[in-house]
Amino acid sequence: MTRDEITAGLAEILEEVAGINTADVAEEKSFTDDLDVDSLSMVEVVVAAEEKFGVKIPDNEVQNLKTVGDAVSYIAAQS
Amino acid sequence: MSTTGSRIVAMGHHQPSRIVTNDELAELVETNDQWIRERVGVVTRHVADTETVADMATAAAGKALANSGLTAADIDLVVVATCTSVDRTPNVACRVAAGLGITAPGAYDINTACSGFSYALASVDHAIRAGSARNALVIGAEKLSEFTDWTDRSTCIIFGDGAGAAVVSAADEPGIGPVLWGSVPEKSDVVTIEGWRPYVQQEGQAVFRWATTALAPMAREACARAGVAPEELAAFVPHQANARIIDGLARRIGLSPDAVIAKDIVESGNTSAASIPLALSKLVERREVPVGAPVLLFGFGGGLTYAGQVVRCP
Repeated sequence: MTRDEITAGLAEILEEVAGINTADVAEEKSFTDDLDVDSLSMVEVVVAAEEKFGVKIPDNEVQNLKTVGDAVSYIAAQS
Repeated sequence: MSTTGSRIVAMGHHQPSRIVTNDELAELVETNDQWIRERVGVVTRHVADTETVADMATAAAGKALANSGLTAADIDLVVVATCTSVDRTPNVACRVAAGLGITAPGAYDINTACSGFSYALASVDHAIRAGSARNALVIGAEKLSEFTDWTDRSTCIIFGDGAGAAVVSAADEPGIGPVLWGSVPEKSDVVTIEGWRPYVQQEGQAVFRWATTALAPMAREACARAGVAPEELAAFVPHQANARIIDGLARRIGLSPDAVIAKDIVESGNTSAASIPLALSKLVERREVPVGAPVLLFGFGGGLTYAGQVVRCP
C-alpha cells in the first residue's frame, strides 16, 4: 500500500468517526491541533485503523502519532 | 433449603442534595460546560458534604425496602459494593443493618470498583440459590468526591456521589440471569485509587479503548447465558462511566432501536459501583421499562474488572 492510499484510508476513517472533511486530511496535519480530533476520538480512529489496515497499534504508541503522516509511517512499517 | 433462583423485587436510591454544575467546576480548573458535555456527557453531579458512604447506602436501602413491601425483619443478608468507604471496620453492610434495624443478617462489602454492583448482585443470587438467604439487600454506594483531586481537570469533572439499592428475594422463576464476570489483571494500573492519600487516577484512552472494544462480546455472552438475544433486551443499564463509552458499547452489542439505554451519567456523573443501581432505580421509578422485561446490567472498571447479567425489571 502506498502512503497516499493509507492517507486516503485514514481520511475515510476520520470522516466517519469525527465528521472531518476528507479534503482537509493531509500528512502534515496534526490530529489535535489542525483536525480537532479529541483524545477519545483518536482512540476510535486507531481502533478503526487497526481493522482497516490489519495492523496493531498499542496504547503506548497512540500518543506518538501526532500527525496524519506519523500514523501513515507507523501503518506502512507494520503492514 | 436451596431455591431455583432469585429476582429483584424493588429498587431505591439516594443522592446528596448538593448539585454541582459544570460551570462551578470551571471556576476550580481550566474547563468549560461544553467540553465536559461533549467529552464525558456529564451535566451535573451530586456531591456529599458530611454524609458518608454508609449514610447514603442506608438511605437508598431504606427506600428499596419500603418499595418492596418487606420489613427489616424479613432481611437476612446485606451486601454493599463500594470502593470509597473510608473506615476499615465496621463494614458498610453492618452500618446499613444497624441503621435500618435489621438484626443478625449476613453482612459484607465487596470491592470490585465500578463493576461492584453486578458482582454483589451475582453473589447474593448465589447465596439465595444455595439456601443461605431468602431476602437480601444489595447496595452500591460511593463517595468519590472524597477521593477526587479537585485540581485535576481530567478526573474531577467525571465523578459524583450517591447510592442505589435493590431488594432481592428467592423466586421460583429466576429473575437474575447467570453472571458473566472476569478481570484483566495485567491492566491493573489504568484505573487506580492507590497509596495514601489516594486519589482517582486513570489512563483515559486505555480505559476507553478497552471498554468500547473488549466488553461488547462479554455483554453478548451474558445475554447468551440468560437465553436472551441482545435485540430482545428492553433496556441496557451499563456502568455510567462516560456517555461516549455507553454509546460505543451499546452500538456494538446490537440492541433493538427501541431499547432504553440508561444515561444517568448526565445528571449524576460517574458514581462507580452506585451507578447501575442508581440508573436502574430511576428507570423503575419513572416506569420506563415494563415489569418483567429483560434488562442487561453491565459493570466495568478498576482492577480491571467486569461483570454483567440479564435481570427481569422489577
